[in-house]
Amino acid sequence: MTYLTLDGLNKRYGDLNVVEDVSLQVERGEFVSLLGPSGCGKTTTLQMIAGFVEPTRGKIVLEGRDITSVRPEKRGMGIVFQSYALFPHMTVAENVGFGLEMQGMGAADRARRIQETLELVRLGGLGERYPRNLSGGQRQRVAIARALAIRPKVLLLDEPMSNLDAKLREEMHVELRSIQRTLGITTILVTHDQVEAMTMSDRIAVMYGGKLVQVSSPFDAYERPKSAFASGFLGKTNRIDAKVVQRHDRCFELLANELPLTVPHENESFPDKLQVYVRPEKIRLVPPAESRITATVLTRMFLGSHWALEVDCVLGRLRISVPNVGVAPSQEGQQVHLGWQDDDMRMLAPEANHG
Amino acid sequence: MASHAPAASLPRARLNPVPMLLSAPALLLFIGLLLVPLALTAILSFSVYDSAMGVGEGHTIANYIAVLTDDYYHEIFTRTLLMSLAVTLFSVLLGVPEAIILSRMRSPWRAIFLVVILAPLLISVVVRTLGWAILMGNEGLINTALLGVGLIDSPLRLLYTMTGVTIALTHVLIPFMIISIWASLQKLDDSVENAGLSLGASRATVLRRVVLPQIMPGILSGGIIVFALAASAFATPAILGGRRLKVVATAAYDEFTGTLNWPLGAAIAVLLLVGMLVVILGSNRIIERRYAQVFEA
Repeated sequence: MTYLTLDGLNKRYGDLNVVEDVSLQVERGEFVSLLGPSGCGKTTTLQMIAGFVEPTRGKIVLEGRDITSVRPEKRGMGIVFQSYALFPHMTVAENVGFGLEMQGMGAADRARRIQETLELVRLGGLGERYPRNLSGGQRQRVAIARALAIRPKVLLLDEPMSNLDAKLREEMHVELRSIQRTLGITTILVTHDQVEAMTMSDRIAVMYGGKLVQVSSPFDAYERPKSAFASGFLGKTNRIDAKVVQRHDRCFELLANELPLTVPHENESFPDKLQVYVRPEKIRLVPPAESRITATVLTRMFLGSHWALEVDCVLGRLRISVPNVGVAPSQEGQQVHLGWQDDDMRMLAPEANHG
Repeated sequence: MASHAPAASLPRARLNPVPMLLSAPALLLFIGLLLVPLALTAILSFSVYDSAMGVGEGHTIANYIAVLTDDYYHEIFTRTLLMSLAVTLFSVLLGVPEAIILSRMRSPWRAIFLVVILAPLLISVVVRTLGWAILMGNEGLINTALLGVGLIDSPLRLLYTMTGVTIALTHVLIPFMIISIWASLQKLDDSVENAGLSLGASRATVLRRVVLPQIMPGILSGGIIVFALAASAFATPAILGGRRLKVVATAAYDEFTGTLNWPLGAAIAVLLLVGMLVVILGSNRIIERRYAQVFEA
C-alpha cells in the first residue's frame, strides 16, 4: 500500500486552474520532488498536502486515512518554509521544542530530543541563540530541525534552498539527503532548481501549467523525457525538426533538413512531423572518419569542467558540451565534425513551444 | 581595504556643513517653539506669586511645595494617572483584535476600513468630543436607546464622569494604537503562523504564542503614545469632565486663566511633564531591555 496518495487534486481560484488533476503515489521513506517553473502549481500542491489550502476537488490519503479535510495542526506534517518562518522571539532550542511542547512532551524528554535534533543538523552548541544571531545557513538548519523534531509523518520542503548561496546549497543537498536517508522520512520537495531535484530525489514529478507532465527517476526524467517541456526544463537540449520517412518496429527513419536519422522508439505512436532531441553532452567532436555532420563553431565558452560550444550546421544551431580533458577544442570560426549515437536521440510529438 | 583607509578618513575629519545647514531650519523651529517656551515655563514655575501683586521678583520652590502637599492636587494627579492607564488598557484590549482583524481583511476592504479607523484623526478633537457629549447626555442617544430597549431603568451617568471621559478618550486615541500595532503586523512573516499550525498548535495557541509576542513591541509603543496623549489630554476632559472633574491639564489651565496664578499653573505643568517623562522613559527602558535580544532594529 502506498504511504501518501494524491488522488486527482484540483485547485481553482475563480476561473484559474492552479492545479489540475494531480495524482501521485509516494512510498514510505521516498524522496519525491515537485519540479517546475514558478506558477506551475507546485507550491499550491504542497500547501494542499500541508492543509493550508483546501483542494477544490480530489483526495489526499495518508497511511490509508483520508486527510483531505483534516486541519493542518492535526496532520503531523513537518514543513520547512522558503522564508524558514522561524519564531524570532524564541531561542533556537525553543523553536525546535515548540512542536514537542504542543504534543505535550515532558520537559526532560523534550530537552533530550531538542539536543538530538540539533546535533543531527550540526547546530549542537547554538540552542540558546536567537534566530537573528544566526547566519542564513544556520537558520535553515534550525528550520529543518524544527520540522524534524516532531518526527513528522511527511517532511515537506518548500524551496528551502532558494535563500542560500550556491556553495552552501550544494552542501545542504548532500546533507539533507543523508539526513533523510538516515531517518527514512518520507519527503516531498518543491523546487524550480533541476539540479536540486536531481541530486536529492528518488523520483521527480515534473509539473507544468498545473499538471504533472512526468513522474520518474531523475535518470529517466533526464534521459527519457516524455514531453518537450520536461526535456527542456531538465537540463539543456537541442531540438531538431524532422519528418518520418519509414516506420520500423523498433526505430523510425527520419529526414531532418535532408539529413537522414535513425531514431529508436518504444512502441509509442508519433505523427509524421515530429521533433528529435539530443543533449549537448551526447554530441562529441570526432575525427573526420566518424563524422555524422560537419559544423562551424560560432561561440566557445570555457566553464571549468567543460566547454560550451554553439555550432552552426545543416540541422541549425546546436549546443555542444565538451568535457575539459586538458586540450582546448576548436576555436570560433573553425570547422568541426560532430558525432553521436542513434540511442542518444529522443523523439517527441510536437507541442506548443515552451522555449 | 587598508590602502583606502587613510583616503576615506580624510573627508570625514573635515566637518561637513551640508547636513547641519539642512537641519538648521527644523532645529530653530524646535528651539523656538518648544525648548524656549518650556524653559520659560520652568522658570515661571519658580517665580514668587502674590494674589494682590501678581508675579513678583525672586525665586522660590513654594509653588511646588503647594502642589505636592495639597490633597486636592494629589487627587487630580491620581485621577489623571488612573484615567490614562484605563484609556491605555482599553486601547490595547480593543486595538489588538481590531488591528489583527484588519490585517486579515482582503483588499479592497482592508484599505477601506483602515481609512475608516484613521478618519477620526482628520476631525478636530473638540468636534469629536462634542459629538460624544451629545451621545452621552441624560437625554442623549445612548441613554434613550438603552432605556427604550429596557436594559436600564434610569439614565446612566456618563457625562461629567470618569466613565464618560475614559470612553471618549479611548475612541479619540485608539487610532494611534492601531497604527502602531498595524506597523508591527506588517513586518510579520505570513508563513510563521502556518509554521505554528504545522507544529500542532491550535489557532488560539498560534495567536498567543507566535503572533502576540511578535507584535508586543508595537503594542507597547502604541501604549506609550496613548498613555502620553491621555495624560496630557485637555479638550476631552475639559468638555466631558466639566469643571469639577479636573485632570492635571485642565487644572493647570484653570490656574493660568481662572485664578491667574501663573507660577502655580506652571509648576503643575512641569510636574506633569516630569511624571510623564518618568513613566515613558521607564517603560521604554523596560521594552528595550526585554526585546533588544529578539528583534532586529
